[in-house]
Amino acid sequence: MVENIKYANKYNFAFIDEATKKEIRRKLLKAVAIPGYQVPYSSPEMPIARGWGTGGLHVTLAIIGREDIFKIIDQGSDASVNACNLREFVHQMTNCQTTYDTSEATLIQTRHRITEEELTENQIFVYQVPQPEPLRSVERYEYRTRQMHGEADYAKMWVSLYESYVRSGDIMLGAGYPVKVNKRYIMAPSPIPRWDVPNLNQSKALHLFGAGREKRLYAVPPYTTVEALEFEDVKFHTEDFKGTECYKTGYKKAFLDELYFDDGSKHFIINDSNFLDKLVEKESPKQHENKYIKQLQS
Amino acid sequence: MGYVAVKGGTDAIHNSQQLVEFYRLKDATTPLDIKQIRTQLRMAVDKVMGEGGVYAPEYAAIALKQAEGEVFEAAFILRAFRATLQRKYYSEAINTREMFVRRKISASFREIPGGQILGPTRDYTQRILDTTKAFEDQEAIKKFLTDFKVPVNSDKLAEITTFAKVIDLLKNEGLLKPIDPDEDRTLKDITREAIKFPAPRSARLQMLARAETGGLMALGYASMRGFGSVHPTVGELRYGAVKVKVKDATGRSRYIGKIEVTEAETISAGKSAKKKSAPYYNIGYGLCFGQNDTKVICMGILDTAMRTPDVNSPANDQEFVLYHTEGIESMGFVNHLKLPHYVTFQSELKNIRGAVERSAEKPTEQAIQSPQLQSV
Repeated sequence: MVENIKYANKYNFAFIDEATKKEIRRKLLKAVAIPGYQVPYSSPEMPIARGWGTGGLHVTLAIIGREDIFKIIDQGSDASVNACNLREFVHQMTNCQTTYDTSEATLIQTRHRITEEELTENQIFVYQVPQPEPLRSVERYEYRTRQMHGEADYAKMWVSLYESYVRSGDIMLGAGYPVKVNKRYIMAPSPIPRWDVPNLNQSKALHLFGAGREKRLYAVPPYTTVEALEFEDVKFHTEDFKGTECYKTGYKKAFLDELYFDDGSKHFIINDSNFLDKLVEKESPKQHENKYIKQLQS
Repeated sequence: MGYVAVKGGTDAIHNSQQLVEFYRLKDATTPLDIKQIRTQLRMAVDKVMGEGGVYAPEYAAIALKQAEGEVFEAAFILRAFRATLQRKYYSEAINTREMFVRRKISASFREIPGGQILGPTRDYTQRILDTTKAFEDQEAIKKFLTDFKVPVNSDKLAEITTFAKVIDLLKNEGLLKPIDPDEDRTLKDITREAIKFPAPRSARLQMLARAETGGLMALGYASMRGFGSVHPTVGELRYGAVKVKVKDATGRSRYIGKIEVTEAETISAGKSAKKKSAPYYNIGYGLCFGQNDTKVICMGILDTAMRTPDVNSPANDQEFVLYHTEGIESMGFVNHLKLPHYVTFQSELKNIRGAVERSAEKPTEQAIQSPQLQSV
């Protein structure tokens, strides 16, 4: 008898079929071998909208194993609605354990933040990237930016930083501050705040970037030099939270969210939800170390 | 770990999912039958299949039902479903010369081989809101169908055969541009490989075939109206059923079924790059699933336009056309603006506050001028 298979949807482990996973993994290997270089890949459609984390999902689902413990944050928060949705999706498709605890996770997917808690050699950090091309603001054509990367011709980028300084007295780039990886490629670190950028440098973890809509993958392997673009006399600096502190913990050395209460009063709170939880519970999570945090008074 | 907001996020999306389902069903009307959607909303189904990139009328109808008739959303659902299907074969090139023609028109000649066949089209209907549709019932449908069949002579149906193409007439006369030997003719599969620029024509046409009709129309119209130079004549537009064949493991060609497609071949006069050589005709090509005249005509215009790159007209710019008419991607990214951006916003806010403070300290000439520059 012929079996009626109509409407019998069966999904593969981690949703994506094995052939496509293999393709993504091979492209990721290439990305790791050439730090900061954007590798084109197939980027199949996901049941999640383009621009809502499909690239990050491709990476996560291509590399996740049954033993992995998965954490996902959006804007630093485990609670963000889209993170909740993606967490459920990954859990449904893999049955992997999920967690909010940064140190417990083996695979962390993120949108626009690096955790305050230091990452380890046993962790892989996956970024959702909206625009993988750091040169897009100075060159609209893809075929030209690829050429510029090939020739390490970054003059337009430097000129735009200089112009920004001349116009506004500072390099006016906010989140997604361009970095140079392994002294070679200029890379978009995804729209993480400047606060997080120094934490990419010589990081112990493997950082993988997935831009689904733009169909590009790239990577920063562990212990790779990552430098924010700066001039000898005009330096890169992180966001300045001088004079403010987390209203719940009194902590000052973390990226803070600006909140407005019903009475119109302004307050600040630690952005990283798990880091905040740990401080509230009187734990002392090990934070990333970098010269910008060191400069701050505790 | 007792962070309340985490629970809040998950609850919120679950409630929202429940609520959208409630909105779909709240008036407790008769459930739409998939067959009804497939047949009575034929054009919507065709659009969803075309943009979804998979020929599956039944699944397209389900997607439309699930999305409360939102065509973008339905096409997206179908596209995501498509991505879970394994590609087992590449079909052989379909032959539209062997199409079972339901509609076939040419604007370039008064008479064409086999004649002009209007077929099913709303082109010559008067767009008057037909309020009698509000009272349509089974009986009325039955009566229409019986009356419709009376003048049809079923003996003649067997005689219907295939028709020669209009462009063949021009081709035989030697008026078409010969294929440029330098043109990149590699066959790409855009579903398995990211597009690279300059893209070969195979990749361009595949992108256009899955592109969003409205997006193609905006750019095609712009090119005709003034922001470009392609104003073609429709050489031939045909809609009908074509056979799909695949090669099996032994290399034998196997018939696997029929699909309905619309095809357009648009003709525009081209200028030769060399000064004294003769002018020739360019053929712009468009093909999509189901019946969608607007889409294939605009594909034809854009196919022609993209073959002569010109950054001054958007339609002639491959990257501009192909990236921005991709409906699923554009819709996703535009809607991602609804996601929280407070970290990125905070980062920018710090810069803007700093700059405002600096300009308040010493109002330079430049600071005064810049608002004017922006308003231009």
